[in-house]
Amino acid sequence: MKKGSRPASLKDVPFHYCPGCTHGIAHRLVTEVIDELDIRGKTIGIAPVGCSVFTMDYFDFDMIQGSHGRGPAVATGLKRALPDRVVFTYQGDGDLAAIGTGEFVHAAVRGEKITCIFINNAVYGMTGGQMAPTTLVGQMTKTTPFGRDKDINGFPIKVCEMLAPLEGSAYLARVAVHNPKSIIKAKKAIRRAFEVQMQGLGFSLIEILSTCPTNWGLSPVKAVQWLEENMVPYFPLGEYKTPAGVI
Amino acid sequence: MIKITFREERCKGCQLCTTVCPKGIVVMAGRTNEMGYHPATVTQQEKCTGCGLCALMCPDMVIEVEREAKAV
Repeated sequence: MKKGSRPASLKDVPFHYCPGCTHGIAHRLVTEVIDELDIRGKTIGIAPVGCSVFTMDYFDFDMIQGSHGRGPAVATGLKRALPDRVVFTYQGDGDLAAIGTGEFVHAAVRGEKITCIFINNAVYGMTGGQMAPTTLVGQMTKTTPFGRDKDINGFPIKVCEMLAPLEGSAYLARVAVHNPKSIIKAKKAIRRAFEVQMQGLGFSLIEILSTCPTNWGLSPVKAVQWLEENMVPYFPLGEYKTPAGVI
Repeated sequence: MIKITFREERCKGCQLCTTVCPKGIVVMAGRTNEMGYHPATVTQQEKCTGCGLCALMCPDMVIEVEREAKAV
């Protein structure tokens, strides 16, 4: 029995991500699920704009690069033209929750049978650590050097809570990858999201709380502690909606 | 028999694996790899239980834990 072996859907190349970046864990979980469901031949992924724009170099199946934030719109077209394919987007918080807010909300409203993998690390990673819509109140970033001020910058977006009342959304869950227990739960949620899509039940979104040690200015070990102490209380983990109804 | 292997050339020295090992045997080596990081390694392999938590936590797929199936 082997643990930690590379999934067939993940190319054997080194990740370009910074040390301790949890994008690598999220990539592994997504590709493990695709291998387990045996859907590699009919999966199409949409790459975002952001650090994970290079996912197409890592995922060994069909990938398309969408414009900034427009992943769900591209996925909608693909899924409607090729309904037998499994279509998912892999997006960060700057891509999905900022410039792409209209796209994912309306994809959920329409009940598009696609899956969004949403990486929430509370900061703009690739552009150098500016405030993102999900940046916590009081969190210091390049553009909020004294901490995010709720009177000036408002409050962070809670994506899962926002989508749960919409009839078109079928499966919404927020997971994290800061410890082994959370990683196992995250994989189960990702698998469920793909299954919901394959059963044609509606829109599914998995929000993965991730770290950005470089832009948070913390070591990777301290970054996972910061995530647990600060992000998890504000962004509670769990399933927000299942096909059976709102939880 | 448990075999734990590290692809040291891929290790970025983030130390996340060292925090999750229940036996505390995963440590950072004193040497550096080609990228200039101290790679993760294991000191007392005989203490390894093969739980695979280090492999689960590693963002760069450096660690592989192989355990022979128990005889039934």
